[in-house]
Amino acid sequence: MAGNMVTSEFLVQVDHERCRKCKRCTLNCGFGVFDFKDRVTADTSKCVACHRCVVFCPEEAITVARNPLAFREHSSWDVDRRKAIWKQAQDSGMLLTGMGNDLPWLNVFDHLLIDACQVTNPSIDPLREPMELRTYLGRRPDRVEVERSDGGFKLDTEVGNIIKLDIPIMFSGMSYGSVSINVHKSLALAAQRLGTVMNTGEGGLHEELYPYGDHIIVQCASGRFGVHSEYLNKGVAVEIKVGQGAKPGIGGHLPGEKIGREVSSTRMIPVGTDALSPAPHHDIYSIEDLRQLIYALKEATGYKPVSVKIATVHNVAAIASGIARAGADIIYLDGFRGGTGASPAVVRDHVGIPLEIALAVVDQQLRSEGIRNWVSIIAAGGIRSSADVAKAIALGADAVGVGTAALIALGCRLCQKCYTGNCSWGIATQRPELVGRLDPDWGAERLVNLINAWSLELKEILGALGVNAVESLRGNRERLRSLGLDEMTTEILDVKPAGR
Amino acid sequence: MAFGDQYSRWRVDRSRVPAACGLSGVISEDGAMIGGDVIIESMKVIHDRGNGLGGGFAGYGIYPRYRDHYALHIMFEDPGGRAACEELLEADLQVQESEEIPTRPGPGIEDAPELRRYFAVPRPEKLAALAIGPDDFMVQLVMRINTTVPGTFVFSSGKNMGVFKAVGFAEDVGEFYRLPDYSGYCWIGHGRFPTNTPGWWGGAHPFNILDWAVVHNGEISSYGINKRYLEMFGYECTLLTDTEVMAYLFDMLVRKHGLPLEVACRVLAAPFWKDIDIEDDPASRALDEALRVVYSSALVNGPFAVIVGFSRGMVGLNDRIKLRPLVAAVKDDLLYISSEESAIRQICPRPDRVWAPNAGQPVIGELKGDV
Repeated sequence: MAGNMVTSEFLVQVDHERCRKCKRCTLNCGFGVFDFKDRVTADTSKCVACHRCVVFCPEEAITVARNPLAFREHSSWDVDRRKAIWKQAQDSGMLLTGMGNDLPWLNVFDHLLIDACQVTNPSIDPLREPMELRTYLGRRPDRVEVERSDGGFKLDTEVGNIIKLDIPIMFSGMSYGSVSINVHKSLALAAQRLGTVMNTGEGGLHEELYPYGDHIIVQCASGRFGVHSEYLNKGVAVEIKVGQGAKPGIGGHLPGEKIGREVSSTRMIPVGTDALSPAPHHDIYSIEDLRQLIYALKEATGYKPVSVKIATVHNVAAIASGIARAGADIIYLDGFRGGTGASPAVVRDHVGIPLEIALAVVDQQLRSEGIRNWVSIIAAGGIRSSADVAKAIALGADAVGVGTAALIALGCRLCQKCYTGNCSWGIATQRPELVGRLDPDWGAERLVNLINAWSLELKEILGALGVNAVESLRGNRERLRSLGLDEMTTEILDVKPAGR
Repeated sequence: MAFGDQYSRWRVDRSRVPAACGLSGVISEDGAMIGGDVIIESMKVIHDRGNGLGGGFAGYGIYPRYRDHYALHIMFEDPGGRAACEELLEADLQVQESEEIPTRPGPGIEDAPELRRYFAVPRPEKLAALAIGPDDFMVQLVMRINTTVPGTFVFSSGKNMGVFKAVGFAEDVGEFYRLPDYSGYCWIGHGRFPTNTPGWWGGAHPFNILDWAVVHNGEISSYGINKRYLEMFGYECTLLTDTEVMAYLFDMLVRKHGLPLEVACRVLAAPFWKDIDIEDDPASRALDEALRVVYSSALVNGPFAVIVGFSRGMVGLNDRIKLRPLVAAVKDDLLYISSEESAIRQICPRPDRVWAPNAGQPVIGELKGDV
């Protein structure tokens, strides 16, 4: 009986007329597709369509195509479901995957439309007038008190510790270990140049990146990897990661083969041991425990802002309210499209709710309790473009986090095989020969280019809306309309349908 | 029931009505009395800035006899509403006097609702029961009437001041309400140019809560968030127009948060970060930063020129890049603010000084003493 009943997803074809036998493809493929026996041969079963070979072939001799193998159509038993069963019947394991939910669930962002000015009020040209994107994160008082002092006024309220961002976009947490050191370096450099922050993810912070601490949020997750006093104090804020959009309620597992010397010393675990993050924090079994950890971290850092990251699950509004009342300064909402280095596909694809809806209900819940000032909201997990940024802000986000988009800027093709550690682009891998492919300076430039482009687009949107500061869009659902959403979803989003 | 529902005959939907407008205001800082005919005269000149779908005025110092009473101006579309409303008033207030608002029906003003005014103070036992001050009590009462009593709308609720408004051109509205019979130390007026649906009497300017009266030319592009922000502090924006947020923001910032008027204006028309970042005085910079960080949702964005009347004066303010006209002038103790210089010159041909206030820079006229 055949050892593997799962047929290849992709076919790799080499045009031997064009091939000069330079063997670049054999070196470039992280998945070992190519071999050389007199001429290049390809094991198509290993191909993940990451395009590394195609991009680097000087003769354009390689094509990667979807395997056209015909399956008898069946609307319930689509091919992916059949393949999943073959795989599990063979290996009896959970099916792993990487990146975000790839099922065609309704994307709410794609059913929201942004307003613009015509006649009754003037739009503003961002090339001619100031257009402000500056954003502050953290708890702020409900009011400002002033006192008169010799002819002027003096501030009599302590605003507290808040983080200043030049743009309402930050880089989401991606751990060193799941991604390479050069990804972290690219993110840190870019965050510094953009005046924003990156997030370490749960794998600690490599010492080489300590100088970028003013542009880093350090994470404290259930495994406590790399968490020590100096680390906590290096960043501008500390984030407690409770959950992740791609795997709500699920812990993490970084296999031992990815724990080399550098990852080992950064994570503070022995070389070659698996890094297992428990599903819950074992010191947080309830909201009052969260409060204790929040204040422990504040005490440890001289009261830097503390962010709490949660996956958007059904009861997210009440959970967020509890987090605000537990003393968090920032709530980081990771939607069910959020990325991951590794997650069981069943969880990634079926657990949680869309970011857009979670964001709308969290913002409204905090407002109805009169505590919206207490926390800033970061929306992440499914932000694909500046349009998504604008819509998320209009729904109520103070800022957004981008992870997948940043990796795509660095070359990621969304092959979803991050968990294999074979990333040909040097992103989700610890293999030194692959890591070296990503030059941090090049990476940083790509990230800066991308985010600057989004910022320009965001300014253009604000100008069209007739406002010149991002806070006038923030939570301003009056400037959104829904199209093609059911009535209940529109009501939950608190937007009007197009035409109203 | 939401407020708009009672007025379905006036409204085609619940969306906001964008409006452009003409404004004018005058104050005697010495507290000298100015006749209502003066502000009507000024508004006549900027007739074309309105389109006859809304006009109105607010006069300050017009009810000296009841200076310590809240003067409630109420319009009734529905006789049942009046009974229900008066029941509420009787339960919550000691009503000193209740009367029809004197009017002179004339051309240009049609379809008037019943218009009455009540001079009253909250019942002490009611205040004690709720443990709140009389102003907060009145705000709650006004919002309760306006959101729950059918066909009933309180359009003025300050002390020793009154708002008079209707569907029509401003000068016709002024004559309808017999404003020349009143005199006050401060007047503001408004002619409206709504770009949608027939006007509704309650939708004309000024918008009022307590002593605050706002006349506004512009469209508040940040309305959605300003409204949601105010709701967090208990204000219900029920009038489906952006101008009311201006009145409530002033009320919240100045009366409830205790900010000086100048500082409140720096919240509403905040300076740009590029200018804050280079302020020399660290105390001033710290204040401006704090205001923008804490009150980011109170930034009023989009084109506007407003004149806001309050118990001791009036303030004129433009949006932060001055997208609507506003002119000011002084003559002796008199301060004039208007959309157009012509409206000022009509009632003050030779002012000492005329200027166009800079974007975001308030012009404030305040009584020097008591009146």
